[in-house]
Amino acid sequence: MLGVALRLALREMRRNIMRSVLTMLGIIIGVAAVIVLVTLGSGATRQVTQQIANLGSNLLMVSVGKRMGPGQSSTAPAFKLADAEALAREVPALAAVAPQASFASTAIFANENWGTTVTGSTEQYFTVNNRQLAEGRIFTGSEARSGAAVCVIGETVRVKLFAGQSPLGAKMRLRKLSCEIVGLLKPKGQSTMGSDQDDIVIVPLRTFQRRIAGNDDVSLIQVSAKDDISTDAVKQELQRLLRIRRHSSADEDDNFNVMDMKEIAAMLSGTTQMMTGLLGAVAAVSLLVGGIGIMNIMLVSVTERTREIGIRLAIGALENEILLQFLVEAVVLSSSGGLIGIVLALVSSSILAAVLQVPLVFNLPVIAIAFMFSATVGIVFGYVPARKAARMDPIEALRHE
Amino acid sequence: MIATSANENPQPLLELQQVTKVYGTGEAAMPALRGVSFRIEPGEFVAVMGPSGSGKSTCMNILGCMDQPTAGRYCFQNVDVGLLSRNQRTLLRRHYLGFIFQGFNLLNRTSALENVELPLIYRGIDSDVRRAAAYQALDTVGLKGWEHHTPGELSGGQQQRVAIARAIVTQPLLLLADEPTGNLDSKRSEEIMELLTTFNRDRGITIVMVTHEADMAAYAKRTVHFRDGLIESDQNQPGDSLC
Repeated sequence: MLGVALRLALREMRRNIMRSVLTMLGIIIGVAAVIVLVTLGSGATRQVTQQIANLGSNLLMVSVGKRMGPGQSSTAPAFKLADAEALAREVPALAAVAPQASFASTAIFANENWGTTVTGSTEQYFTVNNRQLAEGRIFTGSEARSGAAVCVIGETVRVKLFAGQSPLGAKMRLRKLSCEIVGLLKPKGQSTMGSDQDDIVIVPLRTFQRRIAGNDDVSLIQVSAKDDISTDAVKQELQRLLRIRRHSSADEDDNFNVMDMKEIAAMLSGTTQMMTGLLGAVAAVSLLVGGIGIMNIMLVSVTERTREIGIRLAIGALENEILLQFLVEAVVLSSSGGLIGIVLALVSSSILAAVLQVPLVFNLPVIAIAFMFSATVGIVFGYVPARKAARMDPIEALRHE
Repeated sequence: MIATSANENPQPLLELQQVTKVYGTGEAAMPALRGVSFRIEPGEFVAVMGPSGSGKSTCMNILGCMDQPTAGRYCFQNVDVGLLSRNQRTLLRRHYLGFIFQGFNLLNRTSALENVELPLIYRGIDSDVRRAAAYQALDTVGLKGWEHHTPGELSGGQQQRVAIARAIVTQPLLLLADEPTGNLDSKRSEEIMELLTTFNRDRGITIVMVTHEADMAAYAKRTVHFRDGLIESDQNQPGDSLC
């Protein structure tokens, strides 16, 4: 019986091919939208996770200000270099400590200029951030201590200011400072936040404070824990020490924030997952709308085929057999829509992933769920028209013109 | 073959006992049948006549198990149809009844063969057997070679033959024909009547046929006249009715 119903449904679909396609369109778009959004969302989440893994899971960031929530903080006094030195001295579990301060600044060389970010830090910056040199050298400890006018630049800055040439030895101007380029960093690409990690200039912290910022503030301290030491333990030790140094009373909240990479990863992937979920929900609404479209067409079809239903009932079709016939028809419509939607989604998310430079992560469960959902839409929205057909009075139905 | 209301026969094919049918309720109540009793023995060919509104169509609907009497009993093969559920009545139609309509009522855009196969599908017959039976039935009604034509490609007479093939392919006990020649010219009508007579005579299929034309009623062995929801006359001699 099911086989017969299936054949009838396919024949009916072929007879009204235009109508069938239009009816399926809602489901096609819905399924495709859900899959594309989830696929791209998963890709973005994977990208975030990978980038954070590249940074190293033993990295911690100590920033100024109380943490209010994701991405928010209140103002508080800045750190000083002495804070970073104290951490390095008193927390033995730390492998490296990189105090940092940065400003947006225009870098000028010859006739070229380029707006970039200048960061003052110590030589440990390169260790903590896992940055390698393409050529040249990083500044030495003595250069750092003496506040020498030297800098290391990223690939983007080199491209903007030096085009094809080697920048080593050139004097570049940053605000009032003229400094010699001693090193060029290997390119690293975009960060998790979408900023260009190669659009940077690194100068010794002391040079930055004296010659560019004009103060001795440190806004961020990046530290990396030694291998095999739990970042949680390090985090607690950092908090304890900084509370003492910043004279926080017992009932006061921290006016600084220690974040480890696990937390940052969770925060970022949480955000992308939430966005994916929201967009997916919006797309799911179009599946619902598609379902209503199917119900509408099925109701029209049942009315149009009243006489056929009358004939079938008179000849000996049970209510359930008529119900099944129309239900199968609705499910065939909606699941064909689902299949077409899946194909469309696979094609368009491949293209979009390439364009948006997001890794292509096909989420098989989501594809399966979207398909099941489209079939379910057929059952749910096909039921009312099918029941209407099944409950017809054969006498009335046969009289129908 | 014993005809008319011979009460001595213990096994009639069907029997109506004081059947009434009222449409609507209260003030708007419209009685269509007002106490109809008769019985039909296996193998009979009965013509049902009467002006429109006389209750003959209502009676046919009840005989076809598509409608239920308001009061009275309808027994088919000693089964009280009034006690059956809608699905049970459908099964009764599926296994014992065949229908022919004035307007043919074939499925459009569906081949003659598939139209004839339809009742066998609902009987759950395997497709090979089904197909063979449908070819056979179409051959019997003289439509060999027309199996793959759709109703739109067939003449009225041919369409009615397809409908007859569909009705007899299941070997029904009772064939209900509602003005089967109403839409056909006299030559086609005669051909159809010859077919029905053959099935009645050679296969023993009981036929109840509604008709307006005395010529067609003449093919039957018995004629029942309806008037105002009652049986006006019930005669074994065809052709000399009171009307």
